Amino acid sequence: MTPSDRDATGLLTQRELTRPDDDLVQLVTPTGERHANAEFDPWIADIDLGALGRLYRDMAIVRRIDAEATALQRQGELGLWPPLAGQEAAQIGSGRALRDDDFIFSSYREHALAWVRGVEPAELLSVWRGTAASGWNPFEHGMAVPQIIIGAQALHATGYAMGAAWEGSDAAAIAFFGDGATSEGDVNEAFVFAASFDAPVVFFCQNNQWAISEPVGLQSKQHLARRADGFGMPGVRVDGNDVLAVLAATRIALDRARRGAGPTLIEAVTYRMGPHTTADDPKRYRTDDELAEWRERDPLARVLALLEASGVDIAGLERDVAADADRAAAELRAAITTIADPEALTVFDHVYAEPNSHLERQRDHYTRYLSMFDDGSTQNSTGAAASETAEGGAR
Amino acid sequence: MTTLTLAKALNAGLRRALADDDKVVLMGEDIGTLGGVFRVTDGLKAEFGAKRVVDTPLSEAGIVGTAVGLAYRGFRPVIEIQFDGFIYPGFDQIVAQVAKLHYRSRGNVRMPITIRVPFGGGIGAAEHHSESPEAYFAHTAGLRVVACSDPADAYMMVRQAIASDDPVLFFEPKRRYHVKGEVDETASLADARPMGVATTVTTGTDVTLVTYGALVQTARDVATAAAEDGVSVEVIDLRSIAPVDYATIEASVRRTGRLVITHEAGQQGGVGAELAASITERCFEFLEAAPVRVTGHDIPYPPAKLERHHLPDLDRILDGIDRVLGRPNSLSGVEA
Repeated sequence: MTPSDRDATGLLTQRELTRPDDDLVQLVTPTGERHANAEFDPWIADIDLGALGRLYRDMAIVRRIDAEATALQRQGELGLWPPLAGQEAAQIGSGRALRDDDFIFSSYREHALAWVRGVEPAELLSVWRGTAASGWNPFEHGMAVPQIIIGAQALHATGYAMGAAWEGSDAAAIAFFGDGATSEGDVNEAFVFAASFDAPVVFFCQNNQWAISEPVGLQSKQHLARRADGFGMPGVRVDGNDVLAVLAATRIALDRARRGAGPTLIEAVTYRMGPHTTADDPKRYRTDDELAEWRERDPLARVLALLEASGVDIAGLERDVAADADRAAAELRAAITTIADPEALTVFDHVYAEPNSHLERQRDHYTRYLSMFDDGSTQNSTGAAASETAEGGAR
Repeated sequence: MTTLTLAKALNAGLRRALADDDKVVLMGEDIGTLGGVFRVTDGLKAEFGAKRVVDTPLSEAGIVGTAVGLAYRGFRPVIEIQFDGFIYPGFDQIVAQVAKLHYRSRGNVRMPITIRVPFGGGIGAAEHHSESPEAYFAHTAGLRVVACSDPADAYMMVRQAIASDDPVLFFEPKRRYHVKGEVDETASLADARPMGVATTVTTGTDVTLVTYGALVQTARDVATAAAEDGVSVEVIDLRSIAPVDYATIEASVRRTGRLVITHEAGQQGGVGAELAASITERCFEFLEAAPVRVTGHDIPYPPAKLERHHLPDLDRILDGIDRVLGRPNSLSGVEA
């Protein structure tokens, strides 16, 4: 490390923390070259060209869904949207490593995981349209309510995993969080619990370099994966824009979990190509040069290059996948019209699982209040609530 | 009937809950091998094993957060927070996760988590060991907040809290842990007084005195002392702090016309404030005087040698009763 690797405040610079280096596991280079890796290759031996094409299809579709949702926000149909663009390989590679009975505890940006788990478009969008606090039943999709409180879900995944192990199941839990979350107490406490109880959990950190405007160098003086050692678990630093490397690393971690050997921390080094959310302006804190540098490490382009080098008709593949992606985007847009504004009195629903005298009285009083109005309607009178929830959205 | 201390009654209730439902797990610091710093979980690890009675790392957020994950998996976690003042590192997980997940998941995810908290002062403890944080949780939608005051209630209410599909903050009056009482260990949950219903401890006609936790015994003593002075005090043990059983308090206040509330917690934004406002709204025409609150001061919990100047005691509560009756009292002639 040279003095120039540190900025004026002594923090490691972005360049130092994101530079590909010896400990970064990379199976496919940005230009599509396949590097042999004796440890990781056996875990993806089943990924033939067809399977690789399907991983590409997943990534292309979620990229298209993400772009469509961003457009829907710009058009006022959604209050807010946190784009995943750039993180397709990290999310698809890990998501496709999971078994159906593994449980996902994610943050708010894991739309590709929702895609992998078959979440319906209307279920995906309702939260961001402001009509519901969550879109899907976690038990139908094996995926918890997405978490806004940074890092809180790492503990939930750990507890779930402890319970699964106590029941004698070999199912695992996986927690998705970002580089910013690694500074939260909850994440560090989750590491302690998971290590002490050998919990079958995978901690999947998408280091996308930025926590809104704060660079990863503010969260950590060293590579995040290295923290694992201090907690007594393996830490793996993998190219998060390399879908094969991510798939292999996640399979290795899941296997370890199922064997009762405990947790693993995976640091998937990737990049958030878009804003933190549609309410964010990344031009205030990062350069075009940096963006351009990461654009050259695009997770989709390198798979296409590898497929092409392997003799696949990528023009045909791209055409087919584009048609699928357009169809998914159209379904997403169409779903907006199926999301009804909630009835006014549903504001009181599900606060408690059991009857609650206090809330029943408040509900009764508010019902009487609403009944004073001309039509006695309990409909939501604000109409399209979506745009009104936009300001000060999720962080 | 068995004669048990309050701590032993809790132990018996927890044992019964562990035996009745194999999804019940106890988690906390020092609760296993040691049996808890107050011995409330004494012997339970030996009886049910280390996967049912779990000694955890020293991490309140970790305990509560992993309990959330266990609840996702179908467990009924029962957490011990070692002391009231240690709950704050877990506050975020309680308020942002435990309290809200049923609502956020539109009823799909239940959080049947019981959070046991020894609370209150009067034991000459070091700082952070004598607090009364119940109002924070009563203010939080999605939580139920209860406090037991005697062994019989302790035994049954802890079982009810564990059986509840809602998360319950279960406050235990630590200075009454060693008080003995009769406990019916054969009683069934179905026949028990619901957790949300208040108890009229002594009947009276002049003043309604509402409290919970350790001060219920003090309030009994107040009623006895007041009776010698010709004042008839009706003592109500709130039991449930959220939601409050207003029907019981309203019925009493309509008869007595006077309300005194006492708790160890500070006054500002407290349980007494909510009770006074709500009863004033509901029973204004029946009140002969403004409700009176006798509470801890709005100060950090003081050093042990000063706690008798902080905690409401028999004389301070009697002074409050004099005030609500318009008799000479410490604030006579002072604008309230």
